[in-house]
Amino acid sequence: MTKTRIDSTVARLAAEGRPALVTFVTAGDPDYDTSLEILKALPEAGADIVEFGMPFSDPMAEGPPIQAATLRALNGGQTMIRTLDMVRAFRAGNETTPLVLMGYYNPIYIYGVERFLTDAKAAGVDGLIVVDLPPEEDEELCLPAIEAGISFIRLATPTTDDARLPAVLANTSGFVYYVSILGITGTAAPDAGRVKVAVERIKRHTDLPVMVGFGVKSFEQARTLGRDADGVVVGSALVNAVRDSLEDGKATDRTVGAVTAIVADLAAGVRAARSEAA
Amino acid sequence: MSPAEPDVFRRALTEHLGGAKIYFKRDELNHTGSHKINNCLGQILLAKRMGKTRIIAETGAGQHGVATATVCARFGFPCEVYMGATDVERQAPNVFRMKLLGAKVHPVTAGHGTLKDAMNEALRDWVTNVEDTYYLIGTAAGPHPYPAMVRDFQSIIGTEARAQIQEMEGRLPDAIVACVGGGSNAIGLFHPFLDDEEVAIYGVEAGGHGLDVHNGHAASLTGGRPGVLHGNRTYLLQDDDGQILEGHSISAGLDYPGIGPEHSFLRDTGRVTYVPATDAEAMEAFQLLTRLEGIIPALEPAHALAHVIKLAPTMAKDQILVMNLCGRGDKDVFTVGRLLGFEM
Repeated sequence: MTKTRIDSTVARLAAEGRPALVTFVTAGDPDYDTSLEILKALPEAGADIVEFGMPFSDPMAEGPPIQAATLRALNGGQTMIRTLDMVRAFRAGNETTPLVLMGYYNPIYIYGVERFLTDAKAAGVDGLIVVDLPPEEDEELCLPAIEAGISFIRLATPTTDDARLPAVLANTSGFVYYVSILGITGTAAPDAGRVKVAVERIKRHTDLPVMVGFGVKSFEQARTLGRDADGVVVGSALVNAVRDSLEDGKATDRTVGAVTAIVADLAAGVRAARSEAA
Repeated sequence: MSPAEPDVFRRALTEHLGGAKIYFKRDELNHTGSHKINNCLGQILLAKRMGKTRIIAETGAGQHGVATATVCARFGFPCEVYMGATDVERQAPNVFRMKLLGAKVHPVTAGHGTLKDAMNEALRDWVTNVEDTYYLIGTAAGPHPYPAMVRDFQSIIGTEARAQIQEMEGRLPDAIVACVGGGSNAIGLFHPFLDDEEVAIYGVEAGGHGLDVHNGHAASLTGGRPGVLHGNRTYLLQDDDGQILEGHSISAGLDYPGIGPEHSFLRDTGRVTYVPATDAEAMEAFQLLTRLEGIIPALEPAHALAHVIKLAPTMAKDQILVMNLCGRGDKDVFTVGRLLGFEM
């Protein structure tokens, strides 16, 4: 497939010799306007790749923080159409930062796969993470996405063994998202030693960059994990910052700043990762 | 477990309805009060064989939770059951039964606190503790291989019904009827009859307040459309954005927005006819059976009976109809009492 913003960003960071900071926020949390403002502020705060969550009523892989963010977004009237509108608005002011839509298959299936890929590509989406489609179902969405010029990023976990990895990696493009713990988002903290071994194992199977997520929230984690991985992903900590900034469930003038402050801290973390390790 | 319970001819009901000869497969006489134990016994042996040391389950009405807690007590496994907070409240007797049996019951407040949310939470537990934990799913839905495995364990229902009716009547029935929520008792009854083309098969869904009431029923096949949830593509209750609806049924055991994928297949091929029965129809059937036959059915099979009440009179007197009475009604006495205005 053609080179995407993900590929060029990864290449640029490799040249700079530092890991990427990948940020996740839920589209429409806590409301359309604030969420769009957050999205637009992320690159400047230090995000290299942005993941934008497509809310789904049954977020099986998420812990309480992202479950709550999902509910806030859905209660605020978020839909797939609005999510794609937000991507379009983001792309109007930013042509370089890769944007990855993350979520579950059913809202895409109901929107219509072909229509979704056309609209997502036109809006400026670079990649997809759809957690409830295994490689056995690649014909559903993964292969059509690649055909449409959108990367399909798959998750590998501690239980994805050497026998399973080739199947998981076969049609993966953009990067590999390594789930650093057994479990759901925003719960346990990963063990840096185990992550190192796991990243090395995955890299024996692929040349793709490996980003590490689930349970990452501090400068220190970003710095430590960034030594061994090509990037770190933060999500729950950001949506918790949204939650903590709300008053009576509504955004305040602190909301956007609360998110960008954490992003800036973690951005400093990934920038410190290799300089100290050297 | 009790031995195979024979189909029983229901003389009073047959005479009352004035049509086909009605037989019940009496799964409500199973240990723990429903067909759920069939599947739990099969899966607990599998868990043991796999070397797992901890069992988790989801439950709606609590029947599957009780059955799971029972086999865990019998086989010495720690057991944790996820149950929607709303269901914990409306099914208090089953919560207490599970606790007596040594299970830990986790009320799930995520989402709207019903069966699908309990299933989400059980899946989250499972991915977190997959090394030592076995997830004992209660219905013929969810990710592969559960739909096929649960069907196989439940097909004892149809295998027994088929053998018994042949023994008593010397032939196969003209129609078989079962209620469908996730669809485990129904697929268990239907499966051994699928190749018998002369047997008409009916699955009865929870029509709640009626199919024309938005989010007011739990009839995925007759009032939903295909989607993907919990690892299978099947008919789902959902809105235009692909968000899953909660649905509604008077029966907590039918109150699930999906349906086993094999039922979706059987709907699309036309082999099985799926029809809804409303809350009100199920309530009427519940009371009719109690008075006519001295059997208090669970609200789930009361839906199947509601269709039998419509179907039997249209059939000839020498025709045979078999319905699975998949659960007993003790657990529903409080719900029904409240609805009938009886101070409990």
